Amino acid sequence: MKNSRRSFLKIAGVSALGLVIKPVFNTFASSEEHAEHLKPDFSKKNNALTGKRWGMVIDTRKFQSEEDLKPIIDACNSIHNIPDLKVKNHEIKWIWEDEYEHAFTDSENEYVNERVKHLPFLVLCNHCDDPPCVRACPTKATFKREDGIVLMDFHRCIGCRFCMAACPYGSRSFNFRDPRPGIEHQNPDYPTRTKGVVEKCNFCAERLAVGKMPKCVEVSNGAIAFGDLDDPDSTVRKLLKENYTIRRKPSLGTHPSVFYIV
Amino acid sequence: MNDKSKIVIGLIIFLAIITFPFWYNMGKATSAPEPKLSDKAKAAKVCVEPKEYMKAEHMHILDNWRNEVVRKGNRTYKSSTGKEYNISLSSGEESCLGCHTDKAEFCDKCHDYASVNPYCWDCHIDPKEEKK
Ligand code: SF4
Ligand code: SF4
Ligand code: SF4
Repeated sequence: MKNSRRSFLKIAGVSALGLVIKPVFNTFASSEEHAEHLKPDFSKKNNALTGKRWGMVIDTRKFQSEEDLKPIIDACNSIHNIPDLKVKNHEIKWIWEDEYEHAFTDSENEYVNERVKHLPFLVLCNHCDDPPCVRACPTKATFKREDGIVLMDFHRCIGCRFCMAACPYGSRSFNFRDPRPGIEHQNPDYPTRTKGVVEKCNFCAERLAVGKMPKCVEVSNGAIAFGDLDDPDSTVRKLLKENYTIRRKPSLGTHPSVFYIV
Repeated sequence: MNDKSKIVIGLIIFLAIITFPFWYNMGKATSAPEPKLSDKAKAAKVCVEPKEYMKAEHMHILDNWRNEVVRKGNRTYKSSTGKEYNISLSSGEESCLGCHTDKAEFCDKCHDYASVNPYCWDCHIDPKEEKK
C-alpha cells in the first residue's frame, strides 16, 4: 500500500512538473514553423550596361588646373554621400587629386616634361585586374565582379583594414567615425556607410545597373572615357590605340584598369 | 526526521521562481501590433509576394536581394505571380519604402515589439528622415 501511494505521488509530481514547464516549451516551439520557400528569380535590368572588363581612360591634356578637377570630385562625393569631415586623418576619398610624383612613383623619368610634372592628376581605385585588396580581404567583402569591377559589400566589411594595407594606391578610406553628420545633402538613392567600414570608388556600379555612365565621366566634358577593355571596338580601346598612356605603378603587377593619356 | 515536505516546498518555490518570467507575461501578454499600411500599400493590395509569405520571410527576401544587387548587379525581381519589381529598399517609387511610406508605423512597430533591431537604417536612408 505504502509503495503504491509512493508511486502515485511520484507520477503526480512528474505530471505537475510537466504542467509547469509546458508553457515554457510552447514559447520556444512556436518559432519553429516556416513558410515554404519560393524559388527566387533575379535578372539585370534591360538597360543595364554590361562588359567583361570595365576600364577608364583619363585624358590629362584636358585638365589645366585643380579647378578643372573640382566639379568632377564634387559630383562623385555628392551622389555617394561622401562626408566632408574636415579632419585630414579621417578623410574619405573615392576620387581625388594628386601630383605626378606621388601618383606615378615608379616612373623612371626624373626629367619628365614640365607640363606633366605640374599637372594635377585625378586618382581613384584602379579596379585592378589582379587586385591585392581582394586577396587580402578575409570576409570576401571586397570581391571582383565578373565585369571586372572591384566592389565592396559594405554589409560584410568588418573593418579589419587588411585591404587598405594591401592596396598599393591608397584607394581605400576607413570610417573612423559616423559619416552622417559630415554629409551636407544626403542622397537617398545611395546608402551612407557606418563607422568601422572601409569604402572606395565602385566605378558607379549602381549607375551602370540602370544604364548610366559613371558620374565622373558624365561631368568631365569628355576628358574621361569609360568602357569595356575587353571589347576591341570600344571607345576606351580606340583611345588606347591612338594615344600614349601610362598606368599607376605597373611594376607591381596589379594591372590597373585606369589609364592616363599624358 | 522527515524533510520530504521541506524539500517538496523548496522544489515548488524553485520552479515557481525559474518559470516566473513566463507566468508573469502570460496573462497580460500584449497582442502583437498590427503594422499600419500606408494608403499606397493599401491601394496596391499585394506586396511582391503574398502577405503571409512576406510576414514570415521578408528578412530572407531582403537578404537575398542585397546579395543579388551588390554581388551580381541583378536589380529585377520576378515574383511568383510573374510580375517584375525593382529591387530597392529605400529609393524610388518601386522600392519597399516607396510603398510602405511610413517606416515607423510599418517596420518599427513590430521590430520594437519583438526586440529585433535590424541595422538597415544605419546606412540606408529613410526618405522621411532625410536631411535636406
Ligand atoms: S586600386 Fe587598390 S583598392 Fe582598387 S582594386 Fe587595386 S588594389 Fe584594390
Ligand atoms: S576592412 Fe572590410 S573590405 Fe577591407 S579587408 Fe577587412 S573586411 Fe575586407
Ligand atoms: S567611377 Fe563613380 S564612384 Fe568612381 S570616382 Fe567616378 S563617380 Fe566616383
